[in-house]
Amino acid sequence: MARDDIPDDLRPRWISSLSLAEPAVLEAHWAGLDPKPTFRWLRPAESGLVMLRGRAGGNGQAFNLGEMTATRAVAILEGNPTLTGYGYVAGRSKRHAELAALFDALLQDPSRREALWRDLVLPVEATRTAARRKRAVAVGATRVDFTTMVRGDV
Amino acid sequence: MFEHAVVTESGLADPVQQSQEIFRTVLAALAEPGRVFQLADMASAGALGAGSAALAILLALTDGDTPVWLGDKAEALATYLRFHTGSPIASDPGAAQFALVRDGNWRLDLFDPGNEDFPDQSATLIIEVEMLVEGGPITLSGPGIPGHRHVTIQGLPADFPGQWSANHTQFPCGVDVIVTCGTSLMGLPRTVSFSRSDR
Repeated sequence: MARDDIPDDLRPRWISSLSLAEPAVLEAHWAGLDPKPTFRWLRPAESGLVMLRGRAGGNGQAFNLGEMTATRAVAILEGNPTLTGYGYVAGRSKRHAELAALFDALLQDPSRREALWRDLVLPVEATRTAARRKRAVAVGATRVDFTTMVRGDV
Repeated sequence: MFEHAVVTESGLADPVQQSQEIFRTVLAALAEPGRVFQLADMASAGALGAGSAALAILLALTDGDTPVWLGDKAEALATYLRFHTGSPIASDPGAAQFALVRDGNWRLDLFDPGNEDFPDQSATLIIEVEMLVEGGPITLSGPGIPGHRHVTIQGLPADFPGQWSANHTQFPCGVDVIVTCGTSLMGLPRTVSFSRSDR
């Protein structure tokens, strides 16, 4: 019996991780799943445009920043209860959206959640954190500290 | 778990092909009123309490910019449409661009007939009936009909001819109707004259 101590408010976190993961990682994990769940597509993968909105100065008037290509899919795992998984990814990869949707549904299943959290979500997050740290170090090496020389009579 | 209305019925299996096919069939039906056309069976229709052709038309023609009026007791259908087409569900029939009506509790004049400058902004009604076949006591004439066409429609309100006459005389304004029954549909644009010989 799996420990159900992973609270449901972690769903935004795993949805984010799945969307930002490398599709190859998701594909490899899917291939290794046994038994595979029975599922159907509530919304087959489709690509389209989303309008990104920004706020001037971060908190001012909202405006349209520009359009971004996104791909989405919604999967249903039949069962008790029926689980619906949503996958939204940037770009045009239908397979990535499909896998994100399937894993979102699987992670909602308490009997699968612990293993998936440990073996898929946490490693994906770790990969991203490491990449971000590496980038920060590389960028940090280019940092220049300016010092102002104050002249005597100012 | 996140509490939200659950959608379990799929939309169009092949959205690109099917939406084009549905659009062309509706176009043909409105161009040739009185002919009954067929659309392929929609598997989800029964579970949602809507007819197959009516559901197909809503899936193909509605989107985020077209408010839809579904009447009372249509929660499952409203949730389904909001998910699959993004269409807003109108609470006021006068604000709707499309409406799905069946058995009573509606009148044609509740819906937007457009205006003189933009008569095309009128509402399109999908009226679900119990029987729709070619041949019968209803006589239709007007643009798109060589002479007359006859049809049988069971399930319209008793005062429909009067309502339709009032709609018809508003030309160029008025609403357009698509009559559906199961997988069958028939176009009834505002330009058509409608009379019954059995009442």
